[in-house]
Amino acid sequence: MSQTLDKPVARAVGKKALSEGKKAERKLGLWLCAPAALVMVAVTGYPIFYSIWLSLQRYDLRFPDERKFIGIDNYITVLSNSYWWTSFGVTTMITVISVVIELVLGMVLALIMHRTLVMRGLVRTVALIPYGIVTVVAAFSWRYAWTQDTGYLAQLVAPDSALLTERVPALAIIILAEVWKTVPFMALLLMAGLALVPDDLLKAASMDGASAWQRFTKVMIPVMKPAILVALLFRTLDAFRVFDNIFVLTSGAQETGSVSMQTYNNLIKGLNLGIGSTMSVLIFLAVALIAFLFIKVFGTAAPGSDDGGKR
Amino acid sequence: MAAIGSAAPAGAKARWGLVDIAVVIYALVPVLWIVSLSFKTKETLTDGNFIPRSWTWQNYVDIFNTNEFIRALVNSIGIALIATVIAVVLGTMAAYAIARLDFPGKQVLVGVSLLIAMFPQVSLVSPLFEMERGLGLFDTWPGLILPYITFALPLAIYTLSAFFREIPWELEKAAKMDGATPAQAFRRVIAPLAAPGVFTTAILVFIFCWNDFLFAISLTSTESSRTVPAALSFFTGSSQFEDPTGTVCAAAVVITIPIILFVLFFQRRIVAGLTSGAVKG
Repeated sequence: MSQTLDKPVARAVGKKALSEGKKAERKLGLWLCAPAALVMVAVTGYPIFYSIWLSLQRYDLRFPDERKFIGIDNYITVLSNSYWWTSFGVTTMITVISVVIELVLGMVLALIMHRTLVMRGLVRTVALIPYGIVTVVAAFSWRYAWTQDTGYLAQLVAPDSALLTERVPALAIIILAEVWKTVPFMALLLMAGLALVPDDLLKAASMDGASAWQRFTKVMIPVMKPAILVALLFRTLDAFRVFDNIFVLTSGAQETGSVSMQTYNNLIKGLNLGIGSTMSVLIFLAVALIAFLFIKVFGTAAPGSDDGGKR
Repeated sequence: MAAIGSAAPAGAKARWGLVDIAVVIYALVPVLWIVSLSFKTKETLTDGNFIPRSWTWQNYVDIFNTNEFIRALVNSIGIALIATVIAVVLGTMAAYAIARLDFPGKQVLVGVSLLIAMFPQVSLVSPLFEMERGLGLFDTWPGLILPYITFALPLAIYTLSAFFREIPWELEKAAKMDGATPAQAFRRVIAPLAAPGVFTTAILVFIFCWNDFLFAISLTSTESSRTVPAALSFFTGSSQFEDPTGTVCAAAVVITIPIILFVLFFQRRIVAGLTSGAVKG
């Protein structure tokens, strides 16, 4: 991009100046990026390999003397463990359900923020609060709202039962907390896509007799597709890491724990580095697979996505 | 959506007003609930009323009288501020290079930061836990600042390079023609123009650091570096037999205040920052 801008100037100055200027530019570019690149690689790149190395060992901090290289035994232990698969199922379920709800509500909120005739500033400001609020704080609010003694929602919905201690209601509350927090973020991403829809196109469609729903599905959705896909990808990967809400709401009791909860429990509570690292690697692989599928399946299927689909 | 016409009838306005109020309720109810709980007295805490029947400041007095909370608040502010400053400085440098300069490895850097943005943080908890214990960084400020910088950098780089692409670069060229080196052009001409974008990015990064919970409970073990979100989950009340609900809520409200202030004063910037970074990424 910058090349095309610089060319006329460079040509005017002459060929030698160009190569020297280019050299200086390259050097400056590398120097400017080096610190950021170094930190990112040092704190993620190296640890992920270290984590693979740890996952191949029997390494329990309570019994440090028994540390030993055991190959893929940890993977066999984890993958044949029903708790792991339960939490994997819970994570997948929370991810799928909450992302679907978020997409629908996010679209509604985006349309509201984009189209409302009154109080537009207020709506946009208020909608940012769930996005900005500390997840743990929101989680405590939901927890107290759904706790039998203190909560207004518990008294309203089911005064005689402790919902957070029953599996299905607890999972529903976790999803509610996730959805509440992330709908505004989804809506903002979608709103950026909405801004790309030309008003003329909508007016033309309306003159041709398209109903509001037809304008939405036939005109808006296709134009917004790249933005929708980016929003979905971001949120899916983010939802798969669900941790804070579960930690505060149920601490993973009644089989409501996510894979992140499992890892945390094995690592920090159980002090089992070998198993904890194995789970870390497995989660990493799962997330990488989701990202790959998104880019492969949807990325290539999104026509004309020259800027949203750019990886 | 029903009324796209340019002349907005009063009915449409009223309908939009109702819809807007629904959004406001949606966004505010959980926040107001925790505020309400924080002002309830011990006797009315369990009455389940949305609005307190009797009000008290006692919970706030209590938390500001405990070392645990003050310490955690200092940790939260210090760690988030330092991480924000470093991440924004490094991010600004890298984003400038990405938006403006032509150099080998640019695509790799963009790719790597996208990877990190999608990285499951929990995958880093195990190795970082072990590495930080070895390096003596476990349960220290730098032990949290480092991972925060790392995960904030992709956000900073994306948001900033999106902002930088919109700066009028002819000014830089003019400065270069007048004999400024690329580095001088960056410092004297572009940096002041870029300041609003940098500021917006700083807010987003600060919110991210302020929010973190997973690293905060995994990489700390005492009050010496535990941040408020982590400390909240360990709150036990001022005495052992006391229900901590009131104090937890008061502490929760205190750490929500900066977020509310950011949202109120910089709403436009935050929206611009979030959308530009994510969509053009």
